[in-house]
Amino acid sequence: MRTEPGGCCCRRPVRANDCVANGEVRNGYVRSSAATAAAAASQIHHVTQNGGLYKRPFNEGFEETPMLVAVLTYVGYGVLTLFGYLRDFLRHWRIEKCHHATEREEQKDFVSLYQDFENFYTRNLYMRIRDNWNRPICSVPGARVDIMERQSHDYNWSFKYTGNVIKDVINMGSYNYLGFARNTGPCQEAAAKVLEEYGVGVCSTRQEIGNLDKHEELEKLVASFLGVEAAMTYGMGFATNSMNIPALVSKGCLILSDELNHASLVLGARLSGATIRVFKHNNMQSLEKLLKDAIVYGQPRTRRPWKKILILVEGIYSMEGSIVRLPEVIALKKKYKAYLYLDEAHSIGALGPTGRGVVDYFGLDPEDVDIMMGTFTKSFGASGGYIGGKKELIDYLRTHSHSAVYATSPSPPVVEQIVTSMKCIMGQDGTTLGKECIQQLAENVRYFRRRLKNMGFIIYGNEDSPVVPLMLYMPAKIGAFGREMLKRNIGVVVVGFPATPIIESRARFCLSAAHTKEMLDTALKEIDEVGDLLHLKYSRHRSVPLLDRPFDETTYEETED
Amino acid sequence: MATVAEQWVLVEMVQALYEAPAYHLILEGILILWIIRLLFSKTYKLQERSDLTVKEKEELIEEWQPEPLVPPVSKDHPALNYNIVSGPPSHNIVVNGKECINFASFNFLGLLDNPRLKAAALASLKKCGVGTCGPRGFYGTFDVHLDLEDRLAKFMKTEEAIIYSYGFATIASAIPAYSKRGDIVFVDKAACFAIQKGLQASRSDIKLFNHNDMDDLQRLLKEQEIEDQKNPRKARVTRRFIVVEGLYMNTGTICPLPELVKLKYRYKARIFLEESLSFGVLGEHGRGVTEHFGIDIDDIDLISANMENSLASIGGFCCGRSFVIDHQRLSGQGYCFSASLPPLLAAAAIEALNIMEENPGIFAVLKEKCKRIHKALQGISGLKVVGESISPAFHLQLEESTGCRERDVKLLQEIVTQCMDRGIALTLARYLEKEEKYLPPPSIVQDLQNKIKWWQW
Repeated sequence: MRTEPGGCCCRRPVRANDCVANGEVRNGYVRSSAATAAAAASQIHHVTQNGGLYKRPFNEGFEETPMLVAVLTYVGYGVLTLFGYLRDFLRHWRIEKCHHATEREEQKDFVSLYQDFENFYTRNLYMRIRDNWNRPICSVPGARVDIMERQSHDYNWSFKYTGNVIKDVINMGSYNYLGFARNTGPCQEAAAKVLEEYGVGVCSTRQEIGNLDKHEELEKLVASFLGVEAAMTYGMGFATNSMNIPALVSKGCLILSDELNHASLVLGARLSGATIRVFKHNNMQSLEKLLKDAIVYGQPRTRRPWKKILILVEGIYSMEGSIVRLPEVIALKKKYKAYLYLDEAHSIGALGPTGRGVVDYFGLDPEDVDIMMGTFTKSFGASGGYIGGKKELIDYLRTHSHSAVYATSPSPPVVEQIVTSMKCIMGQDGTTLGKECIQQLAENVRYFRRRLKNMGFIIYGNEDSPVVPLMLYMPAKIGAFGREMLKRNIGVVVVGFPATPIIESRARFCLSAAHTKEMLDTALKEIDEVGDLLHLKYSRHRSVPLLDRPFDETTYEETED
Repeated sequence: MATVAEQWVLVEMVQALYEAPAYHLILEGILILWIIRLLFSKTYKLQERSDLTVKEKEELIEEWQPEPLVPPVSKDHPALNYNIVSGPPSHNIVVNGKECINFASFNFLGLLDNPRLKAAALASLKKCGVGTCGPRGFYGTFDVHLDLEDRLAKFMKTEEAIIYSYGFATIASAIPAYSKRGDIVFVDKAACFAIQKGLQASRSDIKLFNHNDMDDLQRLLKEQEIEDQKNPRKARVTRRFIVVEGLYMNTGTICPLPELVKLKYRYKARIFLEESLSFGVLGEHGRGVTEHFGIDIDDIDLISANMENSLASIGGFCCGRSFVIDHQRLSGQGYCFSASLPPLLAAAAIEALNIMEENPGIFAVLKEKCKRIHKALQGISGLKVVGESISPAFHLQLEESTGCRERDVKLLQEIVTQCMDRGIALTLARYLEKEEKYLPPPSIVQDLQNKIKWWQW
């Protein structure tokens, strides 16, 4: 679909090696030479420096959807919807057997728990390809994983386990960026020792009697890892966002949130009671406009000035594979005196020469980010989340965070796993294993992305992000891709609506330092085969600058009392 | 000359009027009427758009000063300095360097340092590592999770169970999955903070009734019934829920479940029961408040509990009929968008369930001990015991408040410190004072564990 260039006030010259000015802050963009479908060497990368904001090239591109593909995708959804209505009709008149569970007889006169149309998509589209999700595994989720085989005799309404195990499937779906998901090695041994000594549970909250010495040790380590004054850890990454954002902002404050933020950030923002405004994904003009308008015009009806402005962004966006334009965000934040909340769930450990995340990747000062949040699930092979920042911030959170008062503290063996893996990444355990893993991941990412682009697939996102989305578009291909790859012993993750826009379904690969070059080559060979089989090679090497992606108007969501 | 000309024009005009075609006259008539209307209608004032100049905008941007990100916290804030526990938080606990008997952890069945749990968790650690590296939908579902869900469903005698990786997130994700904007939820005033957050996320209409007061609840339900009769169309699509806890965290009392079930069928509202404290405590086999009262479990639409109290693990679960529970697999936020429970914690929970099933006698022992300790503490001057006699978690409140909450808190903290000096670990009940809807009075929370031996008193 051809998109209209939007949000730009200057004309974009089409010469090579030129600078593009967009409003007050300059952006980098990817532009490829039109005709040749040759290798990456033909792509010209421009980076414009604004006082040296970007110290390295920022290569991000989102190729536009080919028109024919978009039309066919809509046609596909249309056909599925028609069949969905037909099946619902047949089920209603009992011509077709109804598989899903129903309400109790005694409660049939209660108001129905679900609306019929709410579940239309689930019943008629999701159910058909449900076997691509919730695949149970029975081994450590490392580079290779064992998947339990399951069969369905009633078109995915119910599954039976055959008892067989599909062994050694190459795992391209788990978030195991640095390869710490292991059941042997120093991390596991340390965790086992702590398990013997401390047990598994804690049975109390941080403020009562659940604050173990292990937690204090971990928090000091996290603070030194990030380069901040203090840090605080929590038992669940999702809850870190949803319980701490309400503690920091309240009614009368403004939250500027990226369009594609994670559900936990959106929930935390909603629970806080502040006004939420959304800016276009990674679009600095949109953000600047919102900031200006907010300060100049104040609160919507009363015109009072805002108490605080908080910008919510993520390090790596897990569905797009894009990296936040942190230097520009920080420049804007400083100019307009806003506060920055950076959610590094996917980028901590995975980006940067020393694995310190997106701040390290851009070579910036961690003190510029007011609140650094992240999770331990992805790169550290454990679970939980953290928030790092100045000592006043952490002291405030220790007294006012919902999680510290009401939720159980993290489990000791999990804490030990984080401590050991973090020490390994920092090099404090005396080996160079951490550094090697980081380098291996960076190499894997570059290699994998380059090979996929050369094959002709449409790949979204930044060149350095370990999250690689490969576009599928059509609903039938979602199911087909997942199943074909599993047949070839490769486990992938496919995503469709509602996690992505309706026509932009994709397969998402998560690379890991544990993947060897042989594994990647095998995977690439199979992806190539399946790509030819399913006609997935849509790319015509025409990238569009990020600003031009389609988006409806910036929506203003007012809060309710 | 002029008047003649005028007269002449007038005559001509009148003549023209007579000779003009009908449509012309009608058109002119309409135009005249329209002009008259415009003359007499109120002028529409547009809102004045303040078109500020660029310079003014820049000045405003320069002048604006935000509040500091966080307000300063005083150094002697009671919650700032946590007690540091060295070593395992089990029955004998080392707090701030002092050895104490633990009366502060929610370790009701004493399973925190049980060697079988540790062995099961260790076996799982050796097989699957620590983290699951993904949410349930993307290779984060382990065989251990499926086992645990199966076992929980069988134990509670329901069709299905679903596990969450965080106790707080369980009820806070379950409520918004069913109750949306426009639905009505009747909730007890003493409901815990997790329920309050779940209700806030759901954006439904909340109606609070006095703690354990069935008459008050009935009054609210009756009022709602009258409202429904006025607007039957709306009533047909408005769902109703009653959210209660089995054993209330804030008061230590049990909810009157039989009356609630009667009200449920009479007023057609669904019941969500939060059993974090009563699971593994009440009932002959530890199945919670439904077993305690002998109620059919299918009468309760959803039971939610966390595994962090009796099961001595981490996480939470919901159980009920498949019709209800299956919905959370796609719309429970804490389930879909969060990494799954580490398998070693799930394995420990399974082992804890095994122990509960093998020794159903421990629940009677726990009840006995609770009754005795309640009786023993009744006589303390200045403090009153708040909570049921069979509840292992109860509150000690000041009999007479000093009038100011801060002073009450300081006094209770003194008591706690002195007890710790003598080897008894207690804790103040912690609340977020500004966030709670109905703040309970300050108290010391006492949690009993199965392992307490009588000679230690």
